[in-house]
Amino acid sequence: MRKVAVIGVGQSKFGELWDYSFRDIVLSAGIEAIEDAGLEGREIEAMYIGNMSGGRFLAQEHIAALIADYSGLAELHIPSTRVEGADASGGLALRQAYLAVASGLHDIVIAAGAEKVTDVGEKAVEILSSGLDREWEVFNGVTLASLFAIIARLHMDKYGTRAEDLAMISVKNHKNAVRNPKAQFKREISIDVALSSPYVAEPLRVFDCAPVSDGAAVIVLASEEVARKYTDTPIYISASAQATDYIALSSRRDFTTMDAVVFAAREAYKKAGIEPKDIDVAEVHDSFTIAELLAYEDLGFVEKGKGAELIREGVTELDGELPVNPSGGLKACGHAAGATGIRQAVEITLQLRGEAKGRQVDAETGLTMNIGGTGATAVVTIFRR
Amino acid sequence: MLPRFWRKIKYRYNLIGTKCENCNTYYYPPRNLCPKCRRKSKIVEVKFSGKGEVLSYSVIHEAPENMKDQKPYIVALIKLEEGPIITAQLVCDSSEVKKGMKVKAVFRKCGEEGSAGVIYYCTKFVPENL
Repeated sequence: MRKVAVIGVGQSKFGELWDYSFRDIVLSAGIEAIEDAGLEGREIEAMYIGNMSGGRFLAQEHIAALIADYSGLAELHIPSTRVEGADASGGLALRQAYLAVASGLHDIVIAAGAEKVTDVGEKAVEILSSGLDREWEVFNGVTLASLFAIIARLHMDKYGTRAEDLAMISVKNHKNAVRNPKAQFKREISIDVALSSPYVAEPLRVFDCAPVSDGAAVIVLASEEVARKYTDTPIYISASAQATDYIALSSRRDFTTMDAVVFAAREAYKKAGIEPKDIDVAEVHDSFTIAELLAYEDLGFVEKGKGAELIREGVTELDGELPVNPSGGLKACGHAAGATGIRQAVEITLQLRGEAKGRQVDAETGLTMNIGGTGATAVVTIFRR
Repeated sequence: MLPRFWRKIKYRYNLIGTKCENCNTYYYPPRNLCPKCRRKSKIVEVKFSGKGEVLSYSVIHEAPENMKDQKPYIVALIKLEEGPIITAQLVCDSSEVKKGMKVKAVFRKCGEEGSAGVIYYCTKFVPENL
């Protein structure tokens, strides 16, 4: 396998982008990434697009050809492929693009993630629940939030995690997003506001839940040799790993562990030849605050049951020892389903290049963790300066 | 959506799942293949007693469109006495529910497709002493 580098990144604003179409947001991210890489356009050999549900959000399938077309690449006739794994679609697209370059098949490949969610109004939440088991979870009245709520309650019972710990994760991510011009919520919140917000699914409240957002993100990958022609600051992907688990939460081995994350992380650390303590910065899938807390444990940053200690001790704050979600995470930067996995990679690239401006942390090695639904798919990627 | 729902009515209404006779593990929802034995699976259908206990739960306040009339409602992880764990609604006052509570299965209305649409039924749970 060849060494793979990130040579360009771009991201649309995340949020309720009423004035912009699906094509608009993809293009804004794409143009930014192409310019960042210093490409003309014709050098692109293939594209992989993470998109969770164009069919239900837009009644538009065939997203991959559409995006290649509106990116001005129709007459180059390059292969363009949509990849789907619920809200891990972006992470999967990144992995496919990585494999295409690592294998030697292509030299320059685009990995994109895009989702236009808000056009369907209130239906968005119901469509997002299609990442769960529709037949045996959703039909019975289960929502995505209620499953994470069930996990949160078990974690509280078993390990003494408190609602305050979860609220602190939300407060941290909101604080970070203030420094991110692309974020959906650029406003600090107090712990009291978080803890007095209405319940969505007890014990989770509004401020424990990521919003549904529109957004797109694009990343350009190249082989090591080709990368040198385009950038002096290539960011290398030192490992990409993916795992699955039972789709329904009720079938899993341990409800307070995301085994797919544990497996993907273990594989990624092994491939990169590093340990969890070598990670300097991480972007993790905080679709709910409890998911970020589980990520601390399942990625091996702290032992099982002790996730709350990291937030209580400030370890994962922007100025902490291991900043997590410097972008504001899904909670405050926004969660645009299939775009999220790529957006995380964009953030880690900026952090490792030293271009994250007001939210810059000191880092040489970064990690992204993207899951689908309650964790039936997990993708872990490790980046290195 | 309808055929997809109807096909599994037998299992939804009667709490019928499966058992792998090779390893003696019970499954609900039903499976055609045992994840422990795979090709050695010997799957048979089993009707569960409907008795179980609550492992964890959530009271849902933000409900999807077709469930709005019912909110707030409770969903729970329930361990059936035969072993499998399922996610289902729990019909009781939210102040009553607690971890370890004994429950039993009942046949209930589950949802509907709009005000004039088809009504769905499913298995829910109530406190055992009810």
